[in-house]
Amino acid sequence: MSDMNTPLSKVRGLGSAKDGTNHWLSQRITAIANIPLTIFFVVSFVGNVGKSHAEWVAWLKQPLVSVLLILFIANFTHHMRSGLQEVVEDYIHSHGLKFAVTLAIKFSCILIAALSIFSILRIAFGG
Amino acid sequence: MAQVKRPLSPHLQVYAWGAHMAVSIMHRITGSALAFGAILLAWWLVAMATGHDYFNIVQSYAGSMLGRLVLFGITFALMQHLASGIRYLFTDMGKLYELKDNTASAKVVFVFSIIATIVVWVAAYKVMGVL
Repeated sequence: MSDMNTPLSKVRGLGSAKDGTNHWLSQRITAIANIPLTIFFVVSFVGNVGKSHAEWVAWLKQPLVSVLLILFIANFTHHMRSGLQEVVEDYIHSHGLKFAVTLAIKFSCILIAALSIFSILRIAFGG
Repeated sequence: MAQVKRPLSPHLQVYAWGAHMAVSIMHRITGSALAFGAILLAWWLVAMATGHDYFNIVQSYAGSMLGRLVLFGITFALMQHLASGIRYLFTDMGKLYELKDNTASAKVVFVFSIIATIVVWVAAYKVMGVL
């Protein structure tokens, strides 16, 4: 059967997305990490619901809580970026628009991560 | 030139809806909804870092009728995405491909997400002392 791929591109096995299985694999790895982190988040969130600002701050200041929350944010924003990108790749067919939306998603996810993690650090290290 | 009417391959609309199809599209919908939830979480954390007064304002938004409705939806989205995500990890390992198992596990995902959502909210109201 004839095909348009060069032998080199076949050997590299990168496929149409141009980056092989990296995207797929990192989405699965972040998915696995998300399971315990989500359970931690939901359980501690429910356990503190209705508390005052001072009580929430005291909870978040605990080193383990700060670290787990930062890991949760970093992990799910990464997962979110790759998931949203996959949706865009499936439903947006114009090349330019796909590029623009993918970039906007990436920037937004990084912004969400930065705002959240900075806030956690500010509370954790603040007076 | 006259348009040649070529037969199309069967697409989504010719198949009867089943739990296995619903769980697939729901995974995407709830995943996208959770992106909105991530914005709210960032807002809430920024509010907590900003200080007492602003945090209380955001908390009162969250506690309003609309706020509770949104948070309830996000809870369901989170539980659904968690459960169907775990189901996808099984299919990644080559399991649950028999039609019977595939449909049954899809139903388990929906039953789990509904029950888990209710459990989370009952627990939250108990913590607040409302129940």
